[in-house]
Amino acid sequence: MSDIYKSLVEIAGEGHVSTQTEELYFYARDPGLMPTHKPDYVVAPKTTEEVQKIVKLANKEKIPIVPMGAGMALTGLIIPLKGGIVIDMKRMRKIVGVNEKARHAIVEGGTSQGALKAYLERNYPNLRHSIPDAPPTVTIAANVAIHGQGRLAQQYGFNSDMVSGLEVVLPTGELCKIGSCSMSPDWFSKGPTLPDLSGLFLGWLGTTGIITKLGLKLYPKKRMRDVEIFVTDREDLVPDILFNLTHTEMVEDINIWFQAKPIMFTGNHHITLYITGDRDEELEFKRKMVWDSLKEFRDRKDGGFMWVLPAMKPTFLDMPQKSITTFADVKKGGGFEYSGPIVLIEKYPMLARNLEEVANKYKLAYSGMARVIGRGHAMMFAIAFTFNRADPDMMQRVKKAGHEGITFAFDHGGIPWKPTVEEQKMAMERMDPNTLKLMKMVKENLDPNGIMNPGNWEVN
Amino acid sequence: MEFEAIVHRCFRCGYCKFTEDYQDFNCPSYAKFGLDTYAAGGRMWLINAWLNNEIKTSEHYAEILYSCVTCGNCEKHCVFTFRDDLLNIFEAAKAELVSEGLIPPPVRDYFKAIKVNGNPYKEPQDERGKWAEGTDIQLYSDQEYLFYVGDVGSYDERGKKMAKSVGRLLTEAGLSIGILGNEEKSDGNDVKALGEKWLFEQLAKDNIDIFKKKGVKKIITLDPHAFNAFAQEYPKLGGNFEVWHYTQILSMLIREKKIPPLSAYKVKVTYHDPCYLGRHNGVYSAPRGVLKGIPGIEVIEMNRNRENAFCCGGGGGNFFTDILGVGEESPSRIRVREALDTGAEVLAVACPLCAKMLDDAVKAEGVEERITVRDVADIIITAM
Repeated sequence: MSDIYKSLVEIAGEGHVSTQTEELYFYARDPGLMPTHKPDYVVAPKTTEEVQKIVKLANKEKIPIVPMGAGMALTGLIIPLKGGIVIDMKRMRKIVGVNEKARHAIVEGGTSQGALKAYLERNYPNLRHSIPDAPPTVTIAANVAIHGQGRLAQQYGFNSDMVSGLEVVLPTGELCKIGSCSMSPDWFSKGPTLPDLSGLFLGWLGTTGIITKLGLKLYPKKRMRDVEIFVTDREDLVPDILFNLTHTEMVEDINIWFQAKPIMFTGNHHITLYITGDRDEELEFKRKMVWDSLKEFRDRKDGGFMWVLPAMKPTFLDMPQKSITTFADVKKGGGFEYSGPIVLIEKYPMLARNLEEVANKYKLAYSGMARVIGRGHAMMFAIAFTFNRADPDMMQRVKKAGHEGITFAFDHGGIPWKPTVEEQKMAMERMDPNTLKLMKMVKENLDPNGIMNPGNWEVN
Repeated sequence: MEFEAIVHRCFRCGYCKFTEDYQDFNCPSYAKFGLDTYAAGGRMWLINAWLNNEIKTSEHYAEILYSCVTCGNCEKHCVFTFRDDLLNIFEAAKAELVSEGLIPPPVRDYFKAIKVNGNPYKEPQDERGKWAEGTDIQLYSDQEYLFYVGDVGSYDERGKKMAKSVGRLLTEAGLSIGILGNEEKSDGNDVKALGEKWLFEQLAKDNIDIFKKKGVKKIITLDPHAFNAFAQEYPKLGGNFEVWHYTQILSMLIREKKIPPLSAYKVKVTYHDPCYLGRHNGVYSAPRGVLKGIPGIEVIEMNRNRENAFCCGGGGGNFFTDILGVGEESPSRIRVREALDTGAEVLAVACPLCAKMLDDAVKAEGVEERITVRDVADIIITAM
């Protein structure tokens, strides 16, 4: 038994540390298509102190560490590329508190999106957070560490914009508070009016520290919520439609989706939009504003509102939307790969055409999906393919198609979201050299031994 | 392996770990260890790896498979179309270990005890019916119902007490019941869950033969595990009986006023759903109906209840094999803390295995002064 193993057992307890083949197999991969690599140890700590001890041990011994939530980015971000210790954070899932009037929650670093949703529904029915459509197991900390988006992205931006404070274990083991909580008991701001240090951790894919606690902004939850779907067969009109919709400031979330099958969906672009209200009058007023905003398109017969059957509504109103996860089994094979470059909304038509072309070229089932971020400031365009895990040829085709899709997005001004290592390299090749230099300085100063999720955002 | 064509379809998304509303992880072995390998998705990926020769069978692989308590939460909450086969897949994977002889020693000992002694306690068969001595319960001849108490009701002190309480209530209500006494055999439910299909079929066939020979048409079970075996599995082997759990019968007897009027019993009670009664067979209302029928009782639900109930950790043979082990994060202790959160003074149970598991957990938590584990029948007797 190695000294490292013994030390980890002393820190986290025997049942929560493993060097067994089975855990090393499982934690060597995610459900996507990235090459696997085994960790040497897996540990599931329960407290911040335990995380600190693990990091200090790893830093002293120069062992790589990879913090992990649910591992559902599907782009290999939790695969321990250089071995070392995978730290599964999900035992740290306490909801520390909610400040109802200031509308924020403080949660531990392994708290799942689902658990916060349930907690708020039970205890603070007037509050909600921006839940993504990933499975509810995904953790809030990991989601902000990759700049995830959720149901409130159209109104308030990336989920990382909604962070209101961080507690981070630095790669050298010190515990550091970021934002108002660094000098106050209250977690209402991640930066302003202090120097905003949250940028040292958000978007860094776990390469600069481990988030052990975070404050998250909450938002009013209206009593009623409904869905409308505007359908057009002209992808070139989608940017204008979105511009009009976002102008109303009446819409909660806007998603656009298109797919080849079933046949009734072929060739159409479905703009799913959600409206909310505390009373019927509010809901109907918003519905009217939304309908009016698209009058010109309706008048020209360029599109129209689809009748959403009552039986279909629960599927769309579900949060998270389970049907997105079930896409993984369309090919009866449990596989689903997607990249989600962030692009300008005006790029939607060409990205949609490209996705269809690439899917046809590689004979793949695809799901085109996009989510508006901010008032049309950008959008996440998902390049998603389902595959059969028992079909190696299909898996290869998905890899190639994904690569072509992301390259096309970069060529048209996009930036990566939750990028694979390969996509990170592609991004860094395109980055301003001084930006890269700054990234390198930040990384080397924070993580002098290069132990944090090495292989990711690695500037050479 | 049976079902191997669908094992690779798991996306390991984790919906299966949760309750319906996502309030917390609801997979007992995952709650205990906190490593993804101990949840349904982990098992699926490991079984797939084993099928693909990426990993070999090992003690640890067996421990992971046998730490599943077959509570059925994963089947209820998985979002994929193959969800109904999750437990079948785990059972099939365990059956492979059984055929390879690579099962954990406590599982092996459990099978041996059942095969040699007819019960997991290694007690003599001729003492099986001893629990009924001193009661008015008769041996089965041609009564309307067979009262089947099972291994725990026959040999475990807590189980025997429960069997007596239920037997007393049924008899006093004038119900025509009889027991098999020393002729009773294991129902085999947990033998099957542990992957010993052959032994299960032997037990089931023997039981079916005895039931048929004696002319049994209707069965009341003490134990939800037996209820599940008789209701779900025996029909596949030709054993078709009308099967009731005792709480369903008590509910009927109260409704028909065959149990004398109950006096007020002012106590706050929370009810723990046994997995093999609830999730596996959909019986949720009967035990609650019984409790609510007792004047003075305030029934408070735990956050996780009905099809979202958290298992005590005793299912799938773990009651006997104890693969999950003890400790603060053992499912039974988590469940007791959840019961305490309701403010209840009584944790009501309807399964002898749950009774024992939770009783021990109350002691381990050191909260005997705050909460007592009592079975539904025993609570009625207090109010008589």
